[in-house]
Amino acid sequence: MRAIAAALAVCTSFLVVSIVLAQSRNSGKPLVGAASKYDPAIYGELQKAPEKARIRANPLQNDPDAVAAGAILFEQHCAECHGNSGDGSHKAPSLLVPEVQSATPGTLFWLLTNGVVRKKMPVWSKLPEPQRWQLVRYIKSLGKSALAAESPAAKP
Amino acid sequence: MTSFSRLALPGSFFLSVLSVCSPPPALAQENPYFVAYDHYLEEPGNLEIEYLSTLGTQRGGNNFHAFWAEFEYGATAWWTTEVYLDGQTTFRDSTVFTGFRWENRFRPLKREHFINPIFYVEYENKNGADKILKEGEGHDVESDFLVSNAEARKEHIHEIELKLILSSTLKGWNFTENTLAAKNLANSPWEFGYALGASRPLALKASAKRCTLCPQNFVAGAEIYGGLGDRHSFGLHDTSHYLAPVLAWNLPSGWTLRISPGFGLNDNSHRCLMRWGVSREITGFGSMVSRLLGGRK
Repeated sequence: MRAIAAALAVCTSFLVVSIVLAQSRNSGKPLVGAASKYDPAIYGELQKAPEKARIRANPLQNDPDAVAAGAILFEQHCAECHGNSGDGSHKAPSLLVPEVQSATPGTLFWLLTNGVVRKKMPVWSKLPEPQRWQLVRYIKSLGKSALAAESPAAKP
Repeated sequence: MTSFSRLALPGSFFLSVLSVCSPPPALAQENPYFVAYDHYLEEPGNLEIEYLSTLGTQRGGNNFHAFWAEFEYGATAWWTTEVYLDGQTTFRDSTVFTGFRWENRFRPLKREHFINPIFYVEYENKNGADKILKEGEGHDVESDFLVSNAEARKEHIHEIELKLILSSTLKGWNFTENTLAAKNLANSPWEFGYALGASRPLALKASAKRCTLCPQNFVAGAEIYGGLGDRHSFGLHDTSHYLAPVLAWNLPSGWTLRISPGFGLNDNSHRCLMRWGVSREITGFGSMVSRLLGGRK
């Protein structure tokens, strides 16, 4: 009887997973919701970066492939919470705001490495250092893209 | 085992495969270890479903195939909770469901340090036929597995297991050290064990193109683990120990494959443990459940 009960529990749990996934696919709703409201306090963690971390230069600053590689990494690890274009969701803030875009590469690298574990931002030191620097290059490039899109020359 | 549960186990595995066929993909960045743990927890809201398997040789008895499914959920960025369902087939004997485990890992420190501690608490409800060898502890030795499944499964084990995980990442390498203390709640002494691991991605920089066989998708290393006796007789005598090279392949589609041939280091150990596993990470699982239950859209 124990084996039957356990096997039933297995089946039920698997079924729940299946149903949840099927439901989410059928709903047709995007995984990431509308962009979050702007709240400067959310970015306070960036101010906590120590001076030593803040002044670190990006060793891949001149790497021509860094932004492209960072874009792939962003899509794989960050877009779920920060949105495909980095404009934020109900889970995580926008990365296009001045607080992020004016932060030094070292500050962003420090935040990626340490996460904000009390506020659901995981530690990303599991990504090797060069990959975190590639991500920093990409995040910085998002600000330039947003500015270009908003500039009068870009408008029809 | 009844014919129903014989069908239910593979059936449930088939359902799990179906369930993870097309969720949103995310590249899992999994470590390659089977026994050791590093300090990285599951991302909040993500669910990882894993199926892992161990083929073990048995001197003086029948070889076995132990298998388990893991459901690992990132409750928060500092807490990961996980449920295991275990079973095994002993060749020329039978297939049995051997129990479940509920594991929790907590990250006490807010920031990354040179050594990062993780507290691990697990409750195990299993029977004596359990053979997944998920850890080395106490005086567990190869000859314990000579008992037939019918006899072994009569023993019910309720066990609490505690671990202190100390893990570091340095120049792409991960080094981890796990110390284990386990207690069978049926008035048995505390038993001890250890696991050590080291691993590194084959490349540290990501490629600018999407690729499946890029070296950065592979993580290779080795782990060593075994028992350290119990409270009454602490030490290496009458204990088993294993050394296992490990390799993980993180596919861009979100799947991770792992393989590890393990070798017994003394006469108390199984000569060979061939392990492999497949896992899939489902991003935003918590949000899906929330939506299903009418929560935040």
